[in-house]
Order: sequence, then C-alpha cells, then structure tokens
Amino acid sequence: MGDLPPYPPLDPTTYDLIIVGTGVSESILAAAASSSGSSVLHLDPNPFYGSHFASLSLPDLTTFLHSNSLPPPPPPPPPPSHDPSDFLSVDLVNRSLYSSVEITTFESSILDDERYSRRFNVDLCGPRVLFCADESINLMLKSGSNNYVEFKSVDASFVGGDSSGELRSVPDSRAAIFRDKSLGLQEKNLLMKFFKVVQAHLAAASSTEIDETAVTITDEDMESPFVEFLAKMCLPPKIKSIILYGIAMLDYDQDNAETCGNLLKTKEGVARLALYITSIGRFSNALGALIYPIYGQGEIPQAFCRRAAVKGCIYVLRMPITALLLDKETGDYKGVRLATGQEIFSQKLILDPCITVGLESMSSLTDQQKETVRVLVPKAISSKERVARGICIIRSSVKADVSNALVVYPPKSLFPEQLAAIRVLQLGSGLAVCPADMHVLYLSTVCDNDDQGKAALLSAMSTLIKPQVPENLQSESVVENDPAEAKPTVLWRALYVQELVKGEFGGSISSASSPDGNLNYNEIVKSAVELYEQLIGGEELFKEEKTPEEENDAGAENED
Amino acid sequence: MHGRPRKVYKPEEEAASAAKAVKFRSLQSQFLSNHHNKIYTKEAIDLSTKLLEINPEAYTAWNYRKLAVEDTLSRQESDPDLVKSVLDEELKVVESSLKQNVKSYGAWHHRKWVLSKGHSSVGNELRLLNEFQTLDSRNFHAWNYRRFVVELTNRSKHDELKYTEFMIGNNISNYSAWHNRSVLLSSLLERKADGFMPSQKIPEEYELVHNAIFTDEDVQSGWFYHLWLLDQTVNVETPLLISSWPPHGSRINLSRAGCLNDSSSSSKLTTFPLILYFDQAVGGVSSSTVAIDSELKGIEDLVWEPVSNKNSQVSCVWVARLKYMSSEPCFFPKEYKVKVRIGNSPGIVSSRGFNFSVPYEFVFTARVEDTVQEEPREVIVSWTDGFDIWDAQSEDLKNLVNLDQLNGQMDFKWRQEAIAEEIDLFRTLPDSNSKIGKLTIARLLMAKATMSENDVKGVHYEEILKLYNDLMALDSTHYHYYKDEHSVALLRKVTSSTESLSRHLFRYSDMNNSVCLRLNNSSLSRIASVEKLLFVQMLDLSHNELHSTEGLEAMQLLSCLNLSHNRIRSFSALDSLRHLKQLRVLDVSHNHIGEHSVDTTRYLCSSPLSNSEWSQDEVGRRMTPSLVTKYWDAYFVLRDLNLKQLDIAGNVVAGEEFSSFVPQVVPTLVWLNGHKLRS
Repeated sequence: MGDLPPYPPLDPTTYDLIIVGTGVSESILAAAASSSGSSVLHLDPNPFYGSHFASLSLPDLTTFLHSNSLPPPPPPPPPPSHDPSDFLSVDLVNRSLYSSVEITTFESSILDDERYSRRFNVDLCGPRVLFCADESINLMLKSGSNNYVEFKSVDASFVGGDSSGELRSVPDSRAAIFRDKSLGLQEKNLLMKFFKVVQAHLAAASSTEIDETAVTITDEDMESPFVEFLAKMCLPPKIKSIILYGIAMLDYDQDNAETCGNLLKTKEGVARLALYITSIGRFSNALGALIYPIYGQGEIPQAFCRRAAVKGCIYVLRMPITALLLDKETGDYKGVRLATGQEIFSQKLILDPCITVGLESMSSLTDQQKETVRVLVPKAISSKERVARGICIIRSSVKADVSNALVVYPPKSLFPEQLAAIRVLQLGSGLAVCPADMHVLYLSTVCDNDDQGKAALLSAMSTLIKPQVPENLQSESVVENDPAEAKPTVLWRALYVQELVKGEFGGSISSASSPDGNLNYNEIVKSAVELYEQLIGGEELFKEEKTPEEENDAGAENED
Repeated sequence: MHGRPRKVYKPEEEAASAAKAVKFRSLQSQFLSNHHNKIYTKEAIDLSTKLLEINPEAYTAWNYRKLAVEDTLSRQESDPDLVKSVLDEELKVVESSLKQNVKSYGAWHHRKWVLSKGHSSVGNELRLLNEFQTLDSRNFHAWNYRRFVVELTNRSKHDELKYTEFMIGNNISNYSAWHNRSVLLSSLLERKADGFMPSQKIPEEYELVHNAIFTDEDVQSGWFYHLWLLDQTVNVETPLLISSWPPHGSRINLSRAGCLNDSSSSSKLTTFPLILYFDQAVGGVSSSTVAIDSELKGIEDLVWEPVSNKNSQVSCVWVARLKYMSSEPCFFPKEYKVKVRIGNSPGIVSSRGFNFSVPYEFVFTARVEDTVQEEPREVIVSWTDGFDIWDAQSEDLKNLVNLDQLNGQMDFKWRQEAIAEEIDLFRTLPDSNSKIGKLTIARLLMAKATMSENDVKGVHYEEILKLYNDLMALDSTHYHYYKDEHSVALLRKVTSSTESLSRHLFRYSDMNNSVCLRLNNSSLSRIASVEKLLFVQMLDLSHNELHSTEGLEAMQLLSCLNLSHNRIRSFSALDSLRHLKQLRVLDVSHNHIGEHSVDTTRYLCSSPLSNSEWSQDEVGRRMTPSLVTKYWDAYFVLRDLNLKQLDIAGNVVAGEEFSSFVPQVVPTLVWLNGHKLRS
C-alpha cells in the first residue's frame, strides 16, 4: 500500500456518508443512500470492486487471501507532520478475516499460460448462488441495478453422500419427482403430498379471503421443530435429508439438538421451502430455483456500485483510510484520513468488517471516544463464527453432462464426525468464470475450528475429484475410493477459513457484514436493510425507483 | 393456453374492435367478390393473405387459396421451382396465421393440404411443431399435426415415443402426450416391432404410469393412461370363443314339448338353436367357417345369423337353427353325436380386423325322442309357485352348465402376473380410499377374475361389490356407472360356480320342468354374464332396476321372461327380445312404459312411419292405423314376438286402448294381463 500512485486531492471534502469497502452490504447502502439524495463517498483500498465478495483472477485471489491473512501489518506510518490540531486521530488497523490459507498449484500452466491465467473470475465468497425469489433479486429489480448483471440457471442440484456414492438429484418439483429414478413410489407420493401441504399452506396464507376449508399447517406445528413436522408427514430419513439440506439449505444436523444449537422451527422451514418453491418458475427463462451471475458473484456488488454512481456517489478505488478523526472535545466522529493524507469529513461512516481500531490506540481514548468507535473494536470470536471455504480448478465435470450444479453433503453423510452440511458448487465456462475445458468448484462448510473445517472440505473433495500429489508438496494422504471412476483432476486448489463478522450499527460509525456461511445473500441483505433504516430512518429503500409494472417487465436478465 | 382468465374489455377497446370489424368486413366483401369471380391474380391472393392474417378462422379464404394454388399449379406444373415457391408461400401464410391463433382449425388443415401436395420439404415442419409445442405443450392441434407429419416423413416411432416421454417428464398432466404415447404404442405393439412385445412393453409402461400416479394422484391423465394399459392387458387381440350352446360334452334331449314349440305348428320339422358366443364382435361366421359333423339330418343348409340389435354383420353371438326331422316314428330314443369345428378355415374376423386363429371344436350328444304329443295346455305362468329347487350336484345341471371358459389355450401368464402386480401395488397407494383408487382396485380385481376365472373364488367378488357400494355412496354423480358395474360383478359372482348358480336355479314343474333362473330382487341395473346362461328357459328378473333387456338376445332358449317391477321406460328398450324366437311369456308389468312422453330413441329415425320395414297396406289389413301410429314402438317390438302371455299392467301405457291394440299385433296371444283373450 506504500506504492500508491499520486492521487489528486478529493473535492468536495465533506459528505453525508463515507463508506469504506465495496462488499455487498456496503454497495447496497451506497446505492440506497445516493438514491435517497445523500452525498456519498465510496472508497475501497483494493484495486477492484467487491472487497470480500469480489471475483478475481487466480493471482489476484492468491494475493488478496495472503495479504488479508497475515498478522496485522505494523502500525501505519505516523500521521503526516502537518497534524491538524483540531481533531483526535485514531489509527486504524486491518484485522485478518482469513486464516489457514493454503494454496496449491498442481499444474503450473494454469498460472503461467497466458491463455488461462486471466480468464478466471473466481469468487472469494463461494459457493454462492441466488434464489430467483431472493430478497437480493427483489432489491436489484427495485433499484434498477439488475441492468448491470446477467444471470444463468444453475442446471441441477444434487444431494451426495448416500451409500451408493451416487449424486442424487434433488426432486424439487412435481416433474422432478416424477422423473426421479432413485425414489420409490411411496416416497414420491409422500414427498409430493408434503409439497402440496406446504403449497396449500402458502396459498392460504397469501390469499386475502379466509377459506375455512383450506388445509393449513396448525400453529402448534409451526412452532414445533421442522424435523418433527417432517416426521409427522411420514417422510423417510432420506427424503428428510433432501428437504433439510438440499432444499432448505440448513447447515447443522437437525436430528442432533446438541451440535445443532437451536433447531429450525417449522415456520422457518416452511419459509425456506416457500423461497425455493416461489423461485421455481419466477422467471420463464430460468429452469430451476437457482441462478448465478455471469462473470462471477463480484458482479453483484459492482452492479449496486454502478447504480450508486449513476445517483451521484463518488468512487475511489485503491484508497485505504489510515485513521479516524474524532472531535477532541466531544469525542464525536468527524471524518477520516485517507492514505494520501487528505482529511475527508462526513456525518456518518460505514466500514469494511476487517477495519478495526488497534488495541494500543484504544488505551489512550476517553470513554466517550471509545463509545464512538465501539463497533470497530474486535470482539472475542465465538466458535461458530467460521466458515471453511475451498476452491478447486478442475478439468472435466464432477457429473457427466452437467456443467453448473450444486451438490450438498448433509451432516454425517461423508464421515461420522461431519458436523455440518458441506455445499459444493460447480460452475463452468458458460458463466465466464473459467476457460472452456475446466470447471471451478467451490466448497464451504461452517466449522468450529480451522482444522475441522478443512478436513471436512478435503473429504468432500476426495469423493468428487481425483487427488493429485503435487511435485514439491507433502499432501495429506487421501484415499481414493474407486480409482476406476472417471473423476475430474484438480489443477489448482485453495483452502481457507473465513471469520464471520456481522454488520453492526454504532451511531455515526457502523460496520458492514462479511460474507456469511449461507448460499445466498438473504442474511446480508437483511442486515444491510436494517442498517440503512437505522442510519437514514424509516425511509424505504429505493422506494421511488420503479413502478411495479416496470419491475415485472425487467425480470432478471437471464440468458440461456 | 391453460389457466388464463378471460379478459374483460374496456369501452375504448370495444370501440377499437368495432372499427377493426368494419375494416374487416370491407376486406371480406372484396375477397368474396374475387372468390365468386374466380380471380386468382397476385393482388387477389394477397388480399386473402391479409384477411387470413386478421382472421385465421375464415374458412372460405382457405378454400379460395386452395383453388388459387390448384389454378397456378395447373398452369405451372412443369416448373418444379415455381411449384415449390407457391407451396412455400402457402406454408408461410399458415405459419403467420397460426401465430395469430394457434388453435385455428382452418390453418392447420390448410397446412396438411399443402403438404399432401408433395413437392415441398417437410423437414421444416418438426421445427415449427417444436416451437408451437414449447409454447403450449398441450395444444392438441399441434399434436394432431405432429402425427400427420410423422406419418408423412416416416419418422421413427421410437423417436416419437421418446418425445412423448420427454414431454410427460416436463409435465405429467400433459394428456396429449400420454394420448400420443398410447397411439404410438398401439401401432408398435400391433406390428410386434422389435422390443415391443406386449408381454415386455406393457409392464414397462405400467412402471412409467405408476411414477405419475404415485407422484400426484390428482393427475387425471395418468389414470386415463392406466385404464388404457389395463385394457391392453385384458383384451386379447384375437377373438376367442368363450361359450356355446350346447356346451362341450353335454347331452341334450330334443323333444317337442321341451322346446315349448308352438302348438299350432303342424310340421314335424323341429329346430333347436346352436349358439356361438365370442369374446368380441366377429363377422364371417358361416357354414364354411363352422363345420358340423353329425349323422343328424338337416344340418346341410345351416344358416348362421348374427344376434345383434344393430343391423350389422358383426356380433358376439351367432346362432344357427339346427333342424331335425322327427317324422319317422321312433319309439326308442336315438342318440346322435354332433361335432362342431370352428375356425378351421379362415374367415372369422373381429371388428378390429383380427382373425379367429385358434381353431376350436366341441362335441355334444343330441338325444332325439318322440314323446307322446300332449296337447299343450294353455296354462298361465304365474311366477309365484311351481318352482322346485334344483340340486347343485345333480348331473343334469352339470350337463347344462359349462362354466369353464374356452380360452384355456391362450397364454395368459404375463397378463395375469401384470394384473396381480397392479393389485398389490394399488393396495399400497396411500390414497387407495379415494374414488379413483377404489375404482381402480375394483377394475383390477374384475380383470383378474376375467383372466383366471377358475382361481378366483367369491372373496374377490365380495370385495368388488363392496368397493362399488362404497363408490355409490361416495360419488353420487357417477352412481349409475357404479351401479351398472356392481350389477356386472354380481352376475359374475352368481355365475362363477355351479354352487352359487344353483342357488338361483329352479325347475318349473308346470311347464315340463323348464330350467328357471331367478335373479329377482337383486338390484340389478344391467345384464351381464349371459354367455354362462345360454341354457336358461325361464328367467325371473323381477324387482330389479333394469332399463333395458340388452344382452338377453343371446338366450335363445328363453321362453318365459319376467321383467316386472323394473325401470323399463319404453318398448324400444325391449328391442333385443325380438331375437328370442321361442319367447312365449313376457311380464313387463309395473315398469315405466309410457310414463315419459319423450322417448329419445324416436329421434334415431326421422319418422318411424317412413321406415321401409313398415308398410301401411300390410298393417292396414289387420289393425287400426291410428293405433299403430300412436304405439309404433310397441308395434315394432311386439309384432316379431310370438307371445302367448303378456303382462303390461302397472305401466302408464296400459289402458283399454292399448289392450285392444296388443291382440291385433300379437295374434298368438292368449293371456293379457292375466285375462284369457279367447277360449
């Protein structure tokens, strides 16, 4: 960060809101605030949009992970000599969001060969997809940022890890249940009946007329654990597992209250199914429930940023901030000092989740000042706030004839100690994320600690791909189940564990969310919307942007 | 398309459509003048194009274009390029019309017509169809046209079968796709194409439709397809002889009294019927296809007649009247062996075109006895007493009743297995208590009974009867259907064994111990299993719910029939009795004849009195024409019956006037409504 090119001073120097970091929640807030007429300065220390949600080339991804996982760099250079005496300057430090980063290249041509190296758009926050009926899609349609992204369908979703070793497609619709080869007739019947009950419940819930005859799920059932409701519907374990982990996309073993923490209630489960059901067929050109943006997930924050820019938000990339400026008297937030040394002022500040106040700086602050910067103080990290992620570049596909697919391994399906579901997303060149003969495979699982998470991911990898022993590296001894199987070969692999940080409102200074362990953006969008309401007041996001009619016409641009 | 609400038009839209109509009318009158003047210039044709683009339903315009094309082709036949361009232009017009209205009969028909002219390429058609069928996968016009194109291009039926599977996979409610599948399979199974042996393919199809039905029991298309499959399983293509009179191995006594012959007949030439009962309607039964070996005289000029209400030459039942001479004095009974051989020479063909291919023969013994000629007593048959219970074990019963079906030779193994599997499976259907679930199990059990008569005992019939009883209570809309099926099952149960049948059999002592079957008070709404009852001479069907006598025509030995207290609404409903040459006693009292003034069967012929069978002169000689006109339906039925006793009381029609009319039509009548007409 020392090699910053000379940068002309920013003008104006005062804004309603300064946002640092271009992740999804920061970008939504930038677009929402600029749309409502606030002046916004949106900064990012990186040379690309998206921060922790970016899609990068392999070298850039490697660099980003390494630079964000090193122990915090030494305190930045002391403030410039012309220290303005008006403000108290509080130095900021980067905390590392990533740990145990392990990047292995099995075939060096992937990095060296000009044909390949720049043709990757690899997500930092993968595996991640959008449901057609997601709140994030609604928000994009509402804000008009959908004009900057194109989506394609994820062709299939599978549940893996049953005894046969086969990937079973998720029977998520009547047609899919009918076509399914692995379900028995009774199972098909029970599953479809269950879907009908859920659909009838949703229809009754959404209709304005009160229909006494409508079959709904009782209030008592709605408050009971979802697993119990599934059992009440006579669903056999195999189907329960498909619904819980392949459709409702749950992480923890719902049959084990101990490891799961709190069991999902039926009403939450039904809400998740509702999302899935309403996703199917929302857009006529989307085949299933899931879609993925062409050129990678990094397109999503970028689309909101473009929308914000149209509404007058000012963007500066490659611009870290080094310090906060607080009022000496009151301890109130006043502004920030850029890496160029320029001081910029604003009413409010929103920061990337990895920007914190160093402990040594904290000691010298008054209580009032501490209160202002409280959201920037790193808190003790509880055990369940990590997600292990893996990225594999593979040759050929994990499932013949399918390019873009989601695979879920429910808890305990790969090995008895497997705590949480492992989700795997394979994407192909059709989504412009990799060269034509390859696929990108994303894996993730929530975990208590790095070793546990990585072990789970390696186990999933070993079932899906042929291990390659790197020339110079001692790899873990992975036992191949069936050497005869035509499994894809891995060319490049990254494994890392990411800390989960939730956005927090702190008055004048707030922090945004890091990527979470979920498949979609719903939690992140929800917290961004909450933060917006707290910052700006009860005003609705993007309320004036579009009439409902236009919204329908727009749809998600979805080419297939 | 499906599930779209009807649009309500706003006033301004209505105004716009009125303006459009004015424009259209002027276009149309211009077009019609071209049409009438046979103008086929380019401008005139373009005008029709415009018309069709606005309204693809303009049939006249399509016909005009056909004439125009014919006109052009007649002048340009020699130039193939020009012919092609003319036809291609037609296809283009059709395509744009279909985009306007994808369900336009005229447009689809015109396209077929263009293709039938040859010359043009058909490769494009499947592409177009795929487009339309993606748009609306259930458009039956498109499916219809698809079959036409496939036939024309000789596209492989296997590929088409795969296409239906694909379409069903997308939406199991696509009835058109299921239907097309059944059409394709019928043709492949009939041709015995490679891999399409019924014994192998039909079980595979069952598996497919199980997936649909179990996935969603509310999918009607699946149930329809299942019913079609069941039909394929039960019905054997080749016609079979299922019963005969006299039965194989039987010994029958031929004596005048036993046959209840007319006393007035002075001839000693006596006949008795020979009945062949097939499982499906067949034609071509004649003395060349049915050979009879016997020393019995009078079999040379045997005439086989179809016994059918329709005036057709196909029927399930064929009868020949075997004559025998009893003129020579014969004080000792004489026995003759009669051997009947059927199907040794080809010619018996089912209405669906399949040959009776399994030759069959049966032998019976005719014992001719010249009994002392008692003057037949003119007694009234009372139906109340004189019935003697018949011992089921007695030999003469077994002699008359042959309950074994004659289909032993056919291979029913895979069919029986398939039905057994279906029954087991549908018993596990979680909603087997649904209407369609119950109905399917009842139908399957019936099919099982049909195919393995000897293995199925009463238990199954009890279950079938219970299922239909449940269904009548559950689903009143289809009550009459269930009631009929219940009657069929009940009659099948009665005729399933000698034991159960004998409970209903009696000897009527007042009439030379005639064999009497009493099925009164059985709540029957239709007649079935007649093939097992060919020996019956007296039949008591009183106190049932019958609407018609259809089916009884096969019971050629029947001489007394009691239909009192039923639901017969007209004489037309008794039409089948005209075939019963030996019927002498008929009781139709307490029915609904004449109650309903509008008899729908009247509309089948514009005016009964213009019927060629009926000649005013012939009638005029014997009876009052005004009464014939009034009671024409009674006339047509009764004039063919040689009744001695008729009971008609308790019907609306039965008044004094009608009572005076009946003896005119039936001169042989002795007893009317219990009163003797002449001494």
